[in-house]
Amino acid sequence: MRAAGLRIGGARALARLTPDLPLATRHELTPKLGFGLVVVLALLWVTPFLWMLVAAFRPGAYGGAGMASLIPDTWPVMENFAEAWASADFPRYTLNTAIIAFGILAVQLVTITLAGYAFARLEFPGRRALFYIFLLQLMLVPVVLIVPNLKMVARLGLYDTLLGVMAPYFASAFGTFLMRQAFQAIPRELEEAALIDGATTLQRIRFVYAPLARPAFIAFAIVSVTSHWNEFLWPLMVINSPDNRPLTVGLASFTRGQEGAQAWGVIAAGTLFVIAPLALGFLAFQRRFVNSFVSSGIK
Amino acid sequence: MTDLTHPGYVRPARRATRRAGAVPGSGIGQGGLALVLLLPSLIILALFTYGPLLQLGWDSLQIRQGAGAGGATVFAGLANYEAVLADPSFRRALINNLIFAIVTLVPSLGLALVFAMALARSSRLNSALRSMLFFPVLVPLVAAASLFLFIFLPGVGLLDHYLGRLVANPPNWLGDPDIALLSIAGVTIWKNAGYYMLFFLAGLQSVPPESYEAAHLDGATPWQRLRYVTLPYLKPTIAFVAVIALLNIVTQVDHVFVLTKGGPSEATNLVLFYIYQQAVESYDVGRASAATVLSLLALLALTFASLGTLERAFGGRAA
Repeated sequence: MRAAGLRIGGARALARLTPDLPLATRHELTPKLGFGLVVVLALLWVTPFLWMLVAAFRPGAYGGAGMASLIPDTWPVMENFAEAWASADFPRYTLNTAIIAFGILAVQLVTITLAGYAFARLEFPGRRALFYIFLLQLMLVPVVLIVPNLKMVARLGLYDTLLGVMAPYFASAFGTFLMRQAFQAIPRELEEAALIDGATTLQRIRFVYAPLARPAFIAFAIVSVTSHWNEFLWPLMVINSPDNRPLTVGLASFTRGQEGAQAWGVIAAGTLFVIAPLALGFLAFQRRFVNSFVSSGIK
Repeated sequence: MTDLTHPGYVRPARRATRRAGAVPGSGIGQGGLALVLLLPSLIILALFTYGPLLQLGWDSLQIRQGAGAGGATVFAGLANYEAVLADPSFRRALINNLIFAIVTLVPSLGLALVFAMALARSSRLNSALRSMLFFPVLVPLVAAASLFLFIFLPGVGLLDHYLGRLVANPPNWLGDPDIALLSIAGVTIWKNAGYYMLFFLAGLQSVPPESYEAAHLDGATPWQRLRYVTLPYLKPTIAFVAVIALLNIVTQVDHVFVLTKGGPSEATNLVLFYIYQQAVESYDVGRASAATVLSLLALLALTFASLGTLERAFGGRAA
């Protein structure tokens, strides 16, 4: 009797958890079990970050066997942050990463707008061939071409400079196609009206197309900044001096140092420094982030 | 906004009615104007995609004379390719990469599909769960690796601390050559499943609800609904996500640098890591180039096999 009551109670609780199931399946067990499994997995998915938060604020003396505990066992202290702050130049790394990510974005916004307009609105010979030249670049991502690209960067005198990290990304096939799609959705009549008013091509792009394609620009900006904020291998190849390191490269060498000392709390604090900017952005604009990444098929 | 919520690949490409000459380019004609507008992008593509591609082919046929980074090189035919193909480390990296691809691809896509199906309807709870599953996508892979360094730590690490209560002898996650590659794959799955989930969420929108109702009235079990209703509708999405996932598998090896550096005994040496080692640690540009060419050929084969998928994604047929 009691067990049955519990079972019904459990089912009710589940039904309350999943009020959004399609009506047809609401009384079936499998979708509910699936939902329950996904709830468990979602908790599991954020566990590393939960540990990071707890460990970063835990005093160093509590390291060792209890280090893995996910329950904060003392008042949070800033000790690990101070240590991490002192042993690596995180402000510098953050500045370098910001320069790289936003510098790339600034140039990309110009190149993809111009190229996107050309593919969306102009008829010209060789259009199809050029389209494939762009399309192929989606696969030939700079990461795959690290070896010859490094040679090119050195030849241009950009080795060990932030500009060298940025340059290969100044054109974006993905961005070009995204803008092409957005521009094609804009009625030609608007452009024709501007044309009658005597607007030049650049003026029409700037004052007719760009403002109407804002959502596409935002989507592209989020994906572009995120992927270059997170990039590791290419800057690792290009950058030599510690002062020019971006966050990812700085964090990797910082982690290597602290790993030897088994300073897990300090590593957690350092990792938090690196994750925090994007995490805050995500918390503030969750829907925008998610929508942008849906449109980002290929970065 | 529709462009963002419904990715292009589920949407038929918008065919703009073309009225040639409706918007003439000033003076120089549309061809000249197009060239001017495309020029900035083309210069960058020439400098950092197609130029390096030629350089790569050239370098892969050169062999270095003498020691050091700046030594002179001579033409050596296919010697680098022979050397790379005969190099046990490269073969190992290639096999590792294949295993890595399989053990990563299938669970990533499977989990992404499960996530998407469970969280397809919009509700406050579901969007919170989606965000939790998506969050690792935003985190740099090296930062994730820094956390997993502790998670995988033998004895006191997060995994052993909790799993140790259930299992008597948890394996040495990164130290055991038989397990290490799977641990690396686990990090990749954790990192990317939430990304692929987004595509399945979008894809599920294309399944008409009536199909589910009809299947339900016909007495279809949940598995039958999955097999005969959901999966057929999702076919193009699955193909598309598989291409992206494979590309990510080849290009995202950052965690190997932090977690294992290719070890133990080359168990986690992946092709891109091998290329890096040859170029940066051994200064053997010839070999690194030959290995790059070989992996590019594999990637290009994949591209051409999936060109249809990509074209649909970006409306190439209208070009």
